[in-house]
Amino acid sequence: MSSHDDNNPHASRRDFLAIAGPAFAAVGGAITLWPFVSQMNPDAGALALSSTEVDLAPVKEGQAITVQWRGKPVFIRYRTKKEIDEARSVAARSLPDPQADADRTKKGAEQWLVLVGVCTHLGCIPKGQSVGDVKGDYGGWFCPCHGSHYDTSGRIRQGPAPKNLEVPQYAFTNDAKTKIKIG
Amino acid sequence: MDQHESTYKPGSRTAKWWDERLPVMRMMHGQFVDFPTPRNLNYFWTFGGILTFCLAIQLVSGIVLAMHYIPSADLAFDSVERIRRDVNYGWLIRSMHAVGASMFFFAVYVHIFRGLYYGSYKAPREVLWIIGVLIYLVMMATAFLGYTLPWGQMSFWGATVITNFFSAIPLVGSTVVTWLWGGYSVTGTTLNRFYSLHYLLPFVIAGLVVLHIWALHVAGQNNPTGVEIKTKSDSVPMSPFAVMKDLFALGVFAMLFAWFVFYAPDYLGHADNYVEANPLVTPPHIVPEWYFLPFYAILRAVPSKLGGVVLMFAAVAILAFVSWLDTSRVRSTKYRPVYRWFFWLFVITCLALGYLGAKPAEGVYVFWARIFTFYYFAHFLLVMPIVGLIETPKPLPRSITEAVLGKGAGAGSPVAAAASPEKR
Ligand code: HEM
Ligand code: FES
Repeated sequence: MSSHDDNNPHASRRDFLAIAGPAFAAVGGAITLWPFVSQMNPDAGALALSSTEVDLAPVKEGQAITVQWRGKPVFIRYRTKKEIDEARSVAARSLPDPQADADRTKKGAEQWLVLVGVCTHLGCIPKGQSVGDVKGDYGGWFCPCHGSHYDTSGRIRQGPAPKNLEVPQYAFTNDAKTKIKIG
Repeated sequence: MDQHESTYKPGSRTAKWWDERLPVMRMMHGQFVDFPTPRNLNYFWTFGGILTFCLAIQLVSGIVLAMHYIPSADLAFDSVERIRRDVNYGWLIRSMHAVGASMFFFAVYVHIFRGLYYGSYKAPREVLWIIGVLIYLVMMATAFLGYTLPWGQMSFWGATVITNFFSAIPLVGSTVVTWLWGGYSVTGTTLNRFYSLHYLLPFVIAGLVVLHIWALHVAGQNNPTGVEIKTKSDSVPMSPFAVMKDLFALGVFAMLFAWFVFYAPDYLGHADNYVEANPLVTPPHIVPEWYFLPFYAILRAVPSKLGGVVLMFAAVAILAFVSWLDTSRVRSTKYRPVYRWFFWLFVITCLALGYLGAKPAEGVYVFWARIFTFYYFAHFLLVMPIVGLIETPKPLPRSITEAVLGKGAGAGSPVAAAASPEKR
């Protein structure tokens, strides 16, 4: 809209209304839209399920268990000496998603590897938890969906997945380090 | 809409009363009874009607299924089993809906390749074509959402993999995916919203179809020669000529449809979808429904996550640009001796990608998927622009009538340039 007198250097009241009116309507519209967008986010019930406690005492060296956290599987593996050594002997910098094994475990509990068991490619669950499973070329996990290989630290080594398996937030809840709380 | 003379005559006093107040019948008569239709349409032109039929089948069977289906993670799988076993004729209606989705895609692929072969995307039909691409896109979304509803293993893992495409978006990817899921993985919450959208989108398609037909009736139909209607003798009224041909083709199509519904209702589906969804176990070999396989092959041909996802979406989006990528002056591939070979190579490419999409992503399959993915895009980005410029098309008939009846028949006295656009 233009002012009705183009020679008038001062904007008219109508110009002001023509800008302020639609601007208020646009802001109001955007604010009204937000609840309709936000309702799709996880609700209070989904957020309330956000932590899980696990007792590690029954797990033996070389064994792995799967627990559920926020609807996703969490892999917990009691790694053997050999698996830990393998994970520590590669130069982290040479990996697709560089991270040292030490940054993926807790100090003093390096045998425990806790991972979100969801392939970082498109979300399938990698194989490698059960005894008979294929574990991929690096002895960790193998995702059959599109062929991603993870090592004994859960790091991506080969295949389309861009990132290492995620280490969830967790903490040991007793001094003997036999219980953890995830989330 | 196309301005041809209306032959509508209200047949009764009631009809006349309506005609003066809301002339729907006059419009329908003008658009679907005496609408001028090229006299040389072949059976590939019957698929528009067939597609309308498919949409109607999906709407009717879907609304009936919705009366018995329960969108909850605990009950969805059982409710579909109950539809098949307990609900009166539930087996029939469910099978019509599931097979119907496949038939719908079969028809849309014939329809799209028809358009590509006869140059139906070229001026003045660009908007018509683009609306068609949008319909195809919404159909894909609808079918994907519908496939999650039975809540079997393929439903669940298909939903997981496909929603995860959005996690490839830099920075906000995982936020977007959590938003889509309404949780931290695919759950009953996700199922519920997918159901809501699966109910909505077919009506969006119906709206787009109205626009599609509107645009069609502004430009008029293309035909196998690609030469526009010039004189009255080039066209016939839609009814009874095109209508009868459409109905006959529809009958044949319905027989194929019925064969699947009655004799092979699960042939086009996947056995793993009769195992209830288990969020802790991925099936060893997940594949989408057959109609998505070529795109799945493209996704897996690329060794990078973002790259694969981008290329897969690009494979659909590129269809919207063919009106401008194709530089040929001639519409119909029938008169394009060089492009014709590339066209069939493209068809083979799509079939090959479909085959490879169903195979595991390893070794020689990946190699070939890459070759064909390359050609898929090269066809649009290199072949269409270049061949159009260098090829000498065969002489076009001067009119549709001449193409049908031979030289010297009713061509009138066309202006030379307009009659032979192949001569630059
Ligand atoms: C564009 C049209 C549509 C397409 C392409 C489509 C596609 C699909 C597909 C592929 C399935 C899964 C079938 C299976 O494998 O079991 C499905 C299921 C379902 N659809 Fe649709 N659909 C359409 C329209 C509708 C409409 C309009 C409704 C109405 C509410 C509807 C309601 C349902 C219901 C309740 C199910 C779950 C029952 C079942 O799996 O058989 N659909 N749809
Ligand atoms: S989802 Fe694991 S490799 Fe694609």
